[in-house]
Amino acid sequence: MTLTPVITEHWDSPDLYTIDGYRRFGGYGALASALKQDPDAIIQTVKDSGLRGRGGAGFPTGMKWGFVPQNDGKPHYLVVNADESEPGACKDIPIMMANPHALVEGVIIASYAIRASHAFIYIRGEVPNALRKVANAVEQARAAGFIGSNILGTDFSLDIVVHSGAGAYICGEETALLDSLEGYRGQPRLKPPFPAVAGLYASPTVINNVETIANIPYIIERGAAWLRQFGTEKSPGFKVFAVSGHVNRPGIYEAPLGITMRELLDYAGGMRDGRKLKFWIPGGSSVPMLIEEHLDLPLTYEDMAGAGTMLGTGTPMMFDETVSVVKAVTRWLEFYKHESCGKCTPCREGTYWITGMLERFEHGHGQEADVDKIVHVCTQIAGRSFCALGDAAATPYPAALKYFRDEFLAATHTSADEQFDPVASYLFAGAAR
Amino acid sequence: MAISEAVRDEMRQIVALYPQSRSALLPMLHLVQSVEGDVSVDGINACAEVLGITSAEVTAVSTFYTMYKRQKVGKHHIGVCINTLCGLLGGDAVYAALAERLGTTHDSPSADSQFWLERIECQAACTHAPVMTVDWEFMDDVTPASAVDVIDRLANGEVVQSTRGPVIRDFSATERTLAFPNDGLADEGVSVDDKMLAGLRIAKERGMTAPGIPAAQPSQTEA
Repeated sequence: MTLTPVITEHWDSPDLYTIDGYRRFGGYGALASALKQDPDAIIQTVKDSGLRGRGGAGFPTGMKWGFVPQNDGKPHYLVVNADESEPGACKDIPIMMANPHALVEGVIIASYAIRASHAFIYIRGEVPNALRKVANAVEQARAAGFIGSNILGTDFSLDIVVHSGAGAYICGEETALLDSLEGYRGQPRLKPPFPAVAGLYASPTVINNVETIANIPYIIERGAAWLRQFGTEKSPGFKVFAVSGHVNRPGIYEAPLGITMRELLDYAGGMRDGRKLKFWIPGGSSVPMLIEEHLDLPLTYEDMAGAGTMLGTGTPMMFDETVSVVKAVTRWLEFYKHESCGKCTPCREGTYWITGMLERFEHGHGQEADVDKIVHVCTQIAGRSFCALGDAAATPYPAALKYFRDEFLAATHTSADEQFDPVASYLFAGAAR
Repeated sequence: MAISEAVRDEMRQIVALYPQSRSALLPMLHLVQSVEGDVSVDGINACAEVLGITSAEVTAVSTFYTMYKRQKVGKHHIGVCINTLCGLLGGDAVYAALAERLGTTHDSPSADSQFWLERIECQAACTHAPVMTVDWEFMDDVTPASAVDVIDRLANGEVVQSTRGPVIRDFSATERTLAFPNDGLADEGVSVDDKMLAGLRIAKERGMTAPGIPAAQPSQTEA
């Protein structure tokens, strides 16, 4: 399958991040055409396109917009989730640095569609260079009359605030993000009510991922049928894939949904030094790992689900045979333990106990009974936690055990570093230590 | 240090951006770190006064987020991603080298109080592993030697350029950017590098493009 640059098509143009650079390729033309249409027609186009959320869950975007009650007398809000923090996910930050105006134009169109006059772009605080690029784009769009009062002579008015987070993975969870944006600890809310009914300031709110919103100008400009030329019936469109790990050419590859990992890996130059692939993860540490035999599956929402995993963020991490899966999984669990917000017991306590057991395996004194006990604890977390962070934390270990049980058993007497020399998995040769 | 009236005015400017005042709290706390070097008691009290909430409420928020520190960070914040991908691909060795060079450990200041070292979680730059940050600006594709060299150059007051971003300033300046994102530096440095262009370059070499609009525009679909 061929690569299909759309969002990334002009990234080699050095001033694409400026409004002049963006407009040279027709930027903000979609906005002009959108504002001539009824907002409901915009929602219908997005529904017809079949666009699904690119943040991980894959919820149909147009349907989400359609849930916002109209003529309810309340202010509506659009919130962009730019808190990209999922281990392995590295596509929203590049989009914001390279093509911030696609995001801004998408925000304006989406706000018009859902009748929002205030939009927020919540960017994780750890990436100031994405923050300043987007803030610059917003100011340029404001100066050009695309943000503010009576945009392009219509009665549509919009303000956009670029907001900085402060370091909390949980704020990628949409309701935790809302609490954070309201100036509280970022802890998830009980659903229902869903944000479309009671979101930011208890008003109807749509929360969309950066890549999802960056798709919007292209869909409005080219039409729903255009998008449906890409991908499959259930997974239409293209995807900004970010391939990382032990590959020869890690980087950004934009391709239709439905491309296989083998094809994507080929574009990325194959595994480094001709080494063997050990395991890979299609879209962030929160989705179950796969192995070599899954390389020919189409990267779609439905095919990944069929293989017992998820497309997630669509940012494959590729690990070669030098990597200890025990060490990899332990590190992920340490992450979830650190990032658990503490609100609910299964996640807070479960990540603590699993991590403790896994660290014993990493150090070569795991207990054989714990091999299955950890699975048991995972089943007590998954589906019993307040939000998806708990489900995610319960994901890496059972998947790893399915393919690499022997490695965990060996870790009852041999440490991860003795099983696999850590230096061998480094990307630089002859590491100093 | 007492928070000046000028800083309080800046806090009120942030508040004015939001439909409800408390939404300004996270950027306000970044502003506090910019002027104080950490989230100080005076800074907490100033936020509380400006927002009309208790200092206990502000403290509860500030202690939740890892970017807010309760001890002076010093001139530069140094982060090393030790999440699975970066860590196993060399971030662990980078962290070890920096801990030795700085004579400190996780989430702590160096002996001379000029640097703060932190094991950070995924920085959304996995394609550029192992990743280090200086004052939260990207230093991509580091090795233990190149990471130590960055510290040496910063310690000598030399100019250090972020691999995807502007010249390194200091922790205080970055914290100000987090409070006021339009910092005038959007044109500085590189923001799109070879790895971000990897797929586009292959597509161009091989004449691959996205399909055009169906039946309306000549299609260049199949490559």
